[in-house]
Amino acid sequence: MTEPDFVAETDEGTQKLAPRSQTGAEELRREVGAVLRRPESHPPPDASLDLERTGDDTMIINMGPQHPSTHGVLRLMMELDGETVLRTKPIIGYLHTGMEKTGEELTYQQGATNVTRMDYLSPLSNELVFAMAVEALLGVELPPRAVWMRMLLAELQRVSSHLMWLATNGMDVGSTTMMIFGFREREMVLAFFEKTTGLRMNHNFIRPGGTAADLPDGWEDDVELICDTVSERLGDYDELLTGQPIFRERMEGVGSISADEAMALSVTGPILRSTGVAWDLRRTMPYLAYDQVDFDVIIGTYGDNFDRYAIRLNEIRESVRMIRQVLERMPLGDYRVQDKKITPPPRARIDESMEALIHHFKLFTEGFKVPEGEVYVAVESPRGELGCYLVSDGSGKPYRMHIRAPSFVNLQALPVMMRGGLVADAVATISSVDPVMGEVDR
Amino acid sequence: MGARAPRRRAPGDAALTTPLQAEHLFPDRGDYLDVVRARRHEGFELCTDLCAVDYLLHPGRALPEATAPERFEVVVQLLSIEQRRRVRVRVQVPESDPTLGSLWDLYPGVEAMEREAFDMFGIRFTGHPDLTRILMPEDWEGHPLRKDYGVGRVPVQFKEAPGPR
Amino acid sequence: MGLEDLQHNFLTGRLEDLVKWARRMSVWPVTFGLACCAIEMMAVGAADFDLSRFGMEVFRASPRQADLMIVAGRVSQKMAPVLRQVYDQMMEPKWVISMGVCASTGGMFNNYAIVQGVDQIVPVDVYAPGCPPSPETLLHAILTLHEQIRTGEITRRRQPGVRRDEELAGWVPERPDAVRLGTPR
Repeated sequence: MTEPDFVAETDEGTQKLAPRSQTGAEELRREVGAVLRRPESHPPPDASLDLERTGDDTMIINMGPQHPSTHGVLRLMMELDGETVLRTKPIIGYLHTGMEKTGEELTYQQGATNVTRMDYLSPLSNELVFAMAVEALLGVELPPRAVWMRMLLAELQRVSSHLMWLATNGMDVGSTTMMIFGFREREMVLAFFEKTTGLRMNHNFIRPGGTAADLPDGWEDDVELICDTVSERLGDYDELLTGQPIFRERMEGVGSISADEAMALSVTGPILRSTGVAWDLRRTMPYLAYDQVDFDVIIGTYGDNFDRYAIRLNEIRESVRMIRQVLERMPLGDYRVQDKKITPPPRARIDESMEALIHHFKLFTEGFKVPEGEVYVAVESPRGELGCYLVSDGSGKPYRMHIRAPSFVNLQALPVMMRGGLVADAVATISSVDPVMGEVDR
Repeated sequence: MGARAPRRRAPGDAALTTPLQAEHLFPDRGDYLDVVRARRHEGFELCTDLCAVDYLLHPGRALPEATAPERFEVVVQLLSIEQRRRVRVRVQVPESDPTLGSLWDLYPGVEAMEREAFDMFGIRFTGHPDLTRILMPEDWEGHPLRKDYGVGRVPVQFKEAPGPR
Repeated sequence: MGLEDLQHNFLTGRLEDLVKWARRMSVWPVTFGLACCAIEMMAVGAADFDLSRFGMEVFRASPRQADLMIVAGRVSQKMAPVLRQVYDQMMEPKWVISMGVCASTGGMFNNYAIVQGVDQIVPVDVYAPGCPPSPETLLHAILTLHEQIRTGEITRRRQPGVRRDEELAGWVPERPDAVRLGTPR
């Protein structure tokens, strides 16, 4: 039997974390917080950590890119002093798909299929931000039903994403029951999505101009059932996790970050809110119809993992509250803007009208043209501020489509959160940052 | 067809104003750091996004009179939580000398974003602590998001054609 | 064979069948979820589409303890050597299911960043199409793999120079009537 052909160890060049004796002062300075705008009054880092140590007593280990923590292909190089984590370097790029380049090759109509696969735990948020950017450039105003439908889907998406987070976080901390619970509820939401959009994930439903189709008959009953079930089951999760001593020990005080550090690192979303800053784009820079519904912005106090867990759990409650309001107030009307140059005609009309046939053909082959310009639109995805910077040169394809992914930026907070903690807490901390590698690497 | 015709903006109109409350600044490369520092002192605590655009195929974009268009443009989005507003800073970066000052001292959060701009476009940020490739493998040659870098499509073979195995 | 004299307490069978039964009834996958397909793979492991009825709910993190690699998601240029390394570390017998169109052929991402089909790196036994494949599709793929293991198809030595599809012309997997694929809703 011939020798198996093993791959030579991949050399990561300068991506390695050099031992302390070979690390420059510049990098060690970062560690001590010189760059993080720590105010003078802030207490110094943990005195028991001997930062002046120059010997090679510390160990550098590699975690990932293939590892059982279910957060995708993230690679971490950690420097450990015994079990304590000193420096961390997240290395990404293992899922880089060239989506921004692909976005320049696809028409605006097709753009949603590409963008939706970035943050694959909340694909409708990606589609929403892309569609909003295109509509801003086009200058069209959507009919109210389209707006409220989008809001309904966005909030259901938030519920499903946070349930998924609860499931994976529970599993990372050790509770497989939570994994099963989270997925069970999520299946209900996905079944509704399948009924409405046709797919369980990566829906390609929110398109520039509105949505692809109307809500199915009987959707009110489905949504009400989801709301009732989820509200009730949240009580189960509280019972399982919130009061449980082991869970609390593992999550409280672990992975803390202060508000100044978070803002300096451009962190947004539940992480920023856990430090006490009440910044939620749905409240502060409302889009869609968020200024017409009633909801609370949940903030934390200590910026630790437990706060982030509590925020996400309560955000599910707030989303359910919003969904109930949308249920009562969903307006009737068109689900997409009635502009023949942008939205395709209904399929039945293609048999009747030549003009409809031509429009359909043109839209699906060439696509519609968008006036020249550039725009930045941001929405509050379950992970933070999801932005789309779109540049158009007047043709049917974007000239440059850049997605500001919240997880990409939030990962920079990871070294700060993990510093001084134990290796075992590293998994819990990564999980509470909730990175989705699809949007980190795009 | 519908009860109300959709409202459209005239082309070119969207170039310098956007409907979402952003103010545009177009500093030179030399003034760039000062302009951003001034904004930071004004109260823009977060730099939400930094990206680059390659205007090789679209040189005639709308810019204010005083700004000379170059091949690359670096676009920075700043956010003020207190004042609830955004500001956009666009700097022209020439192809012959694709360097720009790094915002890392002001906003540590741009570290990963500047690395991505370097990886995808080849723009070097002076003063950045660790300017290496972040998304592509270390030894990759070329900067993928430039307009003269092809998509890298592989021609698709069909069933009838004899395959490699 | 003279066994008629023995009253009971004996089961006879071929060793090969026994080995195949053991192999297919507890195929342990290695955690190789990359992108969106990984979420559907986790959904298959969860309660609604239970994978543990096939003995497969233990996703081993260590490739040394795993039999099956379900490549779930798009394989980028940076990830390709890692994939190969993990595959090499698995012990024989090992199988690969390529889940989703990105793993099978590169999917909708025909560009510089994605390997156009994981079969350029590792040999694949079953391809599951879909973007992402719904859990039922993945279950079908897994059952097809079980079927291949059961009939021994997978270990049959191929004659060099014969194209696989010519050799397999007319082969139909034997499907016992008791197996119903697809969950009735």
